[in-house]
Amino acid sequence: MINEKTINRLELSAVKARKHIIEMLYLAKSGHPGGSLSAVDAITALYFEHMNIDPKDLSDPDRDRFILSKGHAAPALYSVLALRGYFSVKELKKLRCIDSMLQGHPVCLYTPGVEASTGSLGHGLSFGVGVALSGMLDRKSYSVFVMMGDGETNEGQVWEAAASASHYKLGNLVACIDRNFLQIDGNTEEVLRLESIEDRWRSFGWQVIEINGHDFNEILQAYQQADQIKDKPTMIILNTVKGKGVSYMENNIDFHGVAPNEMEYNIAMEELNMVQKKLEGGNTLYE
Amino acid sequence: MSKKILRNPRNAYGETLVKLGEKHDNLVVLDADLSKSTKTIMFAKKYPDRFFEMGIAEANMISVAAGLASTGKIPFASTFAVFATGRVYDQIRIDAAYSKANIKIFATHGGISVGKDGASHQMIEDIALMRVLPNMTVLAPSDYTQTGKIVENMATIKGPMYARIGRADAPIIYTKDYIQHLKIGQGMIVEEGTDATIIACGTMVDAAIDAHQILKKKNISTRIIDMHTIKPLDEKLILKSAKDTGNLVTVEEHSIIGGLGGAVAECLAEQYSKKPYTFSRMGIHDRFCESGEPKDLMEKYQLNAKHIAAKIERQLSS
Repeated sequence: MINEKTINRLELSAVKARKHIIEMLYLAKSGHPGGSLSAVDAITALYFEHMNIDPKDLSDPDRDRFILSKGHAAPALYSVLALRGYFSVKELKKLRCIDSMLQGHPVCLYTPGVEASTGSLGHGLSFGVGVALSGMLDRKSYSVFVMMGDGETNEGQVWEAAASASHYKLGNLVACIDRNFLQIDGNTEEVLRLESIEDRWRSFGWQVIEINGHDFNEILQAYQQADQIKDKPTMIILNTVKGKGVSYMENNIDFHGVAPNEMEYNIAMEELNMVQKKLEGGNTLYE
Repeated sequence: MSKKILRNPRNAYGETLVKLGEKHDNLVVLDADLSKSTKTIMFAKKYPDRFFEMGIAEANMISVAAGLASTGKIPFASTFAVFATGRVYDQIRIDAAYSKANIKIFATHGGISVGKDGASHQMIEDIALMRVLPNMTVLAPSDYTQTGKIVENMATIKGPMYARIGRADAPIIYTKDYIQHLKIGQGMIVEEGTDATIIACGTMVDAAIDAHQILKKKNISTRIIDMHTIKPLDEKLILKSAKDTGNLVTVEEHSIIGGLGGAVAECLAEQYSKKPYTFSRMGIHDRFCESGEPKDLMEKYQLNAKHIAAKIERQLSS
């Protein structure tokens, strides 16, 4: 078990990130809330606890890497990076604006901390394979984490990457699937069936771990378990809720790619503020 | 004409990779189940740890190369031109061009002289596809010597690059000493002339030189430019040649749309208005070709010295 203080700290970071996600999308008047809110807990756990990173040393060759393959969840990545100190949280208000370092989808050239340019689905796992191969070649100890959407695994390239990762025994590669069961045209099982998603990855030679993607205890334990396996890549299937944390967005495909209006923004912030207040109350118990 | 010495540019690629592998320990090579044809197998044998066989999975190969480049490696990814561009356009667009990644895509089997495999394997759109991508450098070396020099340049100049060569043996044009003058982005004047300029790239440079000889006997003096770099294009040399000779022809084993001919046309149309000039493009005229012996194909599609010379004559008399 991970200690409760750590869990509380991460939950607090995640709710702050969620507030930034809602605010930046509201200000940008466009973007993807649903998949950002479902993925943000696993990303928070990486940047605030699990990964060996230093926001002040972006080019450390030994750093762990995170690649957001589902690039449309950029607001989740941007808010976590800002909160972690890669750049000012003020930048978040410029999401999708002209001359902003925060493009609609991540670009490695513009944003400190962004490792790979994504947005066209299906590339990120391959990119991660490349980083992992390099680490293996140079006997580096870093790990590579790749976050994919569940719908994203419709892309054929994902399976090319899956095969190459196990072929090269990339124990330093950990992929996550944000399994929220929703993609633009509907339920993933109706659009293009993915189940059994576990069997698919296992048959490709991966270690597969299935967890609750909003439970930090399970998330951190899964990352630790992934680190222990040295001769094969690990797939963590994060069972998540699209739009998690904002009542009317949860499991609502209408909020895949639509920003909240003013009323929706206010409701969302109210809900998240309440969660934050509760968590901060909890936090003082330890201090 | 003196007897020509034939050497395969693909061997120059393989041999140069081996040489560079010694100098740059961060140089890595990827191939998609064609290492025997692309000659990356030479590198694979010498440096097995730094060679990554990706199988018949080109999209993955390009994005993996991007991941490798992000850690400071210099990845050379190779396969046939048809699979190295069209099949993986999206991967090159985002992971290489948009990200300004230091990825080197080296394609063999470009053009129609691939021959009997037919149009599915005859890549005549690759230069156009790569040229339209921001940040990409696009190269088409012409002989064994130049191929080696260009591969050296690719390894040392940062940024995403695409190079294509043909399948067949090609006559040696350059000596090792002469090729030292090569600079990416600067066309090479192979023959001087005053009546017309033939701008060629890749496999067509040798044919252009032969056309120069044919025309010389008819008292027509042609300047031959080896435009090994299609992007960034040596516009200065094109404009100078328009001014000097007044008549220009481009020749490429590629569609006349979007490749060398397209690039030169864009340059002339926008930037040259000093005096009247003639211009035409030789290449594949917006069609797929077919199976056949390379030399029969080059005759049928009018991509040899005889046809180039005839084109110049017609253009000068019109």
